[in-house]
Amino acid sequence: MIEQSVLEEVLGVAMRTGGEFAEVFAEDRRNASAVLDDGRVEELTSGRDRGAGIRVVVGETTGFAHTADLSEAGLIAAAEAAAAAARGGGGGTNVVALHRGTSSRGYDIETFPGDVPKARKVELLTRADEAARAVGDAISQVSVSYGDNRRRILVANSDGVFVEDDTVRTFFAVSCVATGDTGMQTGRESVGHTIGFELFDMYDIDQLARNAAERAITKLAARPAPSGQMPVVIGSGGGGVLFHEACGHGLEADLVSKGASVFRGRVGQQVASKGVTVVDDGTMAREWGNIAIDDEGNPAQRNVLIEDGILTDYMWDHLRARKEGRRSSGNGRRQSYQNLPMVRMTNTYLLAGEEDPESIIASTPKGVYVKHLGGGQVNTATGDFVFGMTEAYLIEDGKVTEPLREGNLIGNGPEVLQRIDALGNDFAMGPPGTCGKDGQGVPVGDGVPTLRVSSLTIGGTAA
Amino acid sequence: MTFEPPDQESADLLALAQSVANNARTGEQLEAFVARSSYTTVRAHGGEVESFTSAVSAGIGVRVVSDHRQGFAWAGTLEPDAIADALADARDNATFAEPDEWVGLAEPDGVAPVPFDAFDPSVATMEASRKIDLALELERMVRAGDRRITGVRVATFSDSSSRFAVATSTGIGGAGRGAWCSMSALALAEDGDETYTGGGSTVGFRPDDLDLAEAADDAVLRATRLFGAKPVPSQRVTIILEPRMAATIAGLLGSTLTGERVLKGRSPFGDRVGETIASPMLTLVDDPTDHRSYAADMFDGEGLACRRNQLVVDGVLQGFLYDSASGRRAGQPSTGSAVRGVSSTPSVGCQALAVAPGAGSFESLLADIDTGVYLQSMTGLHSGVNLVSGDISVGIEGLMVRNGQLAEPVREVTIASTLQRMLLDIVAIGDDIEWLPGGTGCPTIVIADLSLGGS
Repeated sequence: MIEQSVLEEVLGVAMRTGGEFAEVFAEDRRNASAVLDDGRVEELTSGRDRGAGIRVVVGETTGFAHTADLSEAGLIAAAEAAAAAARGGGGGTNVVALHRGTSSRGYDIETFPGDVPKARKVELLTRADEAARAVGDAISQVSVSYGDNRRRILVANSDGVFVEDDTVRTFFAVSCVATGDTGMQTGRESVGHTIGFELFDMYDIDQLARNAAERAITKLAARPAPSGQMPVVIGSGGGGVLFHEACGHGLEADLVSKGASVFRGRVGQQVASKGVTVVDDGTMAREWGNIAIDDEGNPAQRNVLIEDGILTDYMWDHLRARKEGRRSSGNGRRQSYQNLPMVRMTNTYLLAGEEDPESIIASTPKGVYVKHLGGGQVNTATGDFVFGMTEAYLIEDGKVTEPLREGNLIGNGPEVLQRIDALGNDFAMGPPGTCGKDGQGVPVGDGVPTLRVSSLTIGGTAA
Repeated sequence: MTFEPPDQESADLLALAQSVANNARTGEQLEAFVARSSYTTVRAHGGEVESFTSAVSAGIGVRVVSDHRQGFAWAGTLEPDAIADALADARDNATFAEPDEWVGLAEPDGVAPVPFDAFDPSVATMEASRKIDLALELERMVRAGDRRITGVRVATFSDSSSRFAVATSTGIGGAGRGAWCSMSALALAEDGDETYTGGGSTVGFRPDDLDLAEAADDAVLRATRLFGAKPVPSQRVTIILEPRMAATIAGLLGSTLTGERVLKGRSPFGDRVGETIASPMLTLVDDPTDHRSYAADMFDGEGLACRRNQLVVDGVLQGFLYDSASGRRAGQPSTGSAVRGVSSTPSVGCQALAVAPGAGSFESLLADIDTGVYLQSMTGLHSGVNLVSGDISVGIEGLMVRNGQLAEPVREVTIASTLQRMLLDIVAIGDDIEWLPGGTGCPTIVIADLSLGGS
């Protein structure tokens, strides 16, 4: 994307006013999407965004500037702006020698979506629409979306790091509305992986569409969810967001160091039930949160956060790790070249236990079975978090019975981790997610086996 | 059209948009939407500048309609080769869409834009050192606000000066500019083994509008009044929503009243025009011509004049918002409600919602509540709200209301209802309209009979 000699020159300029660390992050991203709605392929969109963000660190201060101009002159102007913003005093070294490194995600992209005729993408949309509508007359609306992006990045910094990466993600989602006497209900299914068009060899699009439609129809008969505390069984693959919210964000070193996490100072302590092991793993091949390198040039890692209930470590980016005199854990990510990186999750999941998932439900006399969770949100300072249930059922006498309307669940991270009293042997990764933090969205994955939390508060309307 | 761009930069953007639109071939409609903005963000933490960001970004979105098919492409730069690529991509994309007789660009409708220009050049010319001083000062004020404040997760100063222009081969040409600055702080308070956060913010059209003391006081109050909070038993409750919380509910309602949702059968109010959908106390307009709104503008995303649209009057649903395509399909004129960025086609959206003020201050509305909850914050709006079914369930923090007074703090509870019920259950609207950073104007609203899920 940019010549090594130019990068060295630009980093030299960035360091000239006394910078202790400087970095060039360049990105060239191409997006394509296609949307079918209301029975019609509405539009195809393509976009291209290219530019570089340059940061200079002096003491506690980071100066940052970005530009869409990748010429030497454009990069130098941005480097000067970043250096001025960091307000370094006096002269610094300005000789930077880069050592080209490699990045590898350990598998190949089989079919670059950019090489696939647009007509084939459009055909997927219409196929899914037909499959969803064929499920029943109650399906009153269907929207289908396809998206792919190719993101090439380059990271070069004053420590000599020089590495490039090329990432491809492909995504597909079906959303249905069912209409009945009780009003309207929705059902959604989505799949996404860090791969190319081979995504559609992995999944049966017709089945995906039918599942979304059936979920919407099922929910027409749903009764209001209860309100109050009760045992909750989370379905395999459907509830990784629980751990993303209940402990993941609280284990991000930037929040911890600012005193904004309930998990501050708790490394080495028992923070979860025995048997609970939570991992954040950027190396998980093909998963939505997979990265070969993070957006600071560090290789992705598999980081064990909680092992058998004991908090083992936080997640780190360059800045936080440098302060603590340790290595980054490969969790420095950013939405685009226009943003500063910060500590972010990748694929966050809970390892499987040994119990039969059927027996977990059978041993729950009364409670709620949440097959699919929606998004969530956490206040890391208190640990209180919510997440939505998009497909949930009552458990009565150890059996899954009636469907429930949508609602949020609320719990407290440290408490919920201690209340996990059953772990199934049926681990699965869930649908692709986008994690938002300080206004930046990045792709993340999550996964869980079937599990039970002995008590969570359900935010329904029924007494 | 008598519209004159407000300055040379806007005129240049409009000329660029027009030059792209002029490439339209016979039988083809072409639209270019161009935007450029400069911004700075200063984040202060621990008495130091944590980061200082300054940048200019620009981009163009090109929409092509040909044979009733629409295609779109965008680029994050205004370089000529990128614009040419975007135009070619948009044309190619259009060939894969299925024809729709209603698809098409906006056409001039004779509605004159209401002049508006709140652009203050002092935002763009402000000294970097002053921005830094303000961010550091806000952090200091928060830290000094209460002995239990142990830190500030971040205190931020941001400013943005932006311009946009839209031009079409159908004769549309519009441009606008805006400048804002805002500050916010997230305070951390500790007492014993409890930690709480509280946020405060201030926004203005110019630096002198910023009220640091108000932002700091708000952050401190919110971070320090929840100590000892715990769940309360599940019950039916009345909730009192201060303007910033009430604006969230107004925003949810507004989202269900867009023509696109209605036409595609995704609005719970789609067949209710002329009917009572809310308490007679509720009147809701979307009015970007109200210059008190931080989202006030002359033109919508398709270049039509913004206008005042009545959505709900005395509880009765008046109609919906439309852009030009959804309006054509509904047999209605566009309401000037196309919203967009560079990287997407226009969609129908609310721009500057305002709930008409009622009677009484926050305190007097509070005094009328026997048992209820004052909401300080709501979480899980994206996961707990379904705008098709109307189901709403969110996590909240706040204070119980007992005998007309704020009482003990509460957390880790949910409140739930449906949007349809909440509108009918409005029991009071205050006179304390507040213009919020997002552009919405809203007073305090009291809603009865929600389900609280707790211990």
